[in-house]
Amino acid sequence: MKLIKSAKETLLYILIGLIAGFVNGIWGGGGGIFVVPLLVYLMKYEERKAHSTAIVIILPLCIVSAITYIVQGIYDWPQTLKTGVGVVAGGIVGAFLLKKLSNNVLAYIFYSVMIVAGVRVLLM
Amino acid sequence: MKTFLLILAGIISGVLGGMGMGGGTLLIPILTIFFKVPQAIAQSVNLIVFIPMSIAVTVINAKNKMIEKKGLIKMIIPAIITAVIASLLASRAKNAVLQKSYGIFLIAAGLFFIVLTTIDVIKKKKEKKNK
Repeated sequence: MKLIKSAKETLLYILIGLIAGFVNGIWGGGGGIFVVPLLVYLMKYEERKAHSTAIVIILPLCIVSAITYIVQGIYDWPQTLKTGVGVVAGGIVGAFLLKKLSNNVLAYIFYSVMIVAGVRVLLM
Repeated sequence: MKTFLLILAGIISGVLGGMGMGGGTLLIPILTIFFKVPQAIAQSVNLIVFIPMSIAVTVINAKNKMIEKKGLIKMIIPAIITAVIASLLASRAKNAVLQKSYGIFLIAAGLFFIVLTTIDVIKKKKEKKNK
């Protein structure tokens, strides 16, 4: 029984990975958006743990994609550097907030951002 | 001035990204609309800056014991495989249908999970009352 349970768990993890990669690759990002609810509802992760774990999963995907962009000559270093300084500083604030906010508040903010992102994609 | 604004745009989207809410959904439109950066460059900036940011954030999160290590490798390896396959497919089939379906899916999923979260909140409140 235990074996079946862990096999099922492994399959679910692989499935989540497959979905995350596919979404990130086909739409050029946003894989993390799908990983969070899958981890929460399929794997019963706590909301904030799902967010921090999603970042770890998306990181290697970003590295792979970034390399393909750079190889193709699509980059702008001055712009990247200036934006990057802000993003790293903001990210640290975000990590702090992630620890402080309750799981429900986090979920509401997250799904609202998701809807706004969807509206933006439709209007593009 | 422009540098300052770029850093500011970075901070705002970094906060979202650091919370695991996809800072790119904000950063890419800010760069294209307000800074007139071409879409491809905006995507490239977003991808590259995400790397040091998520490394910094992950170090902090790991210290706070907020990362579940158990299934990580099982998710990361298949994710890399499908990401490469899908990005090859995407460069061939960039079309409006793809974009529209993504937008609709995001909105539907967002609404769905808001309802689920609310049901959860109500349930927990009732449980507390019964205790």
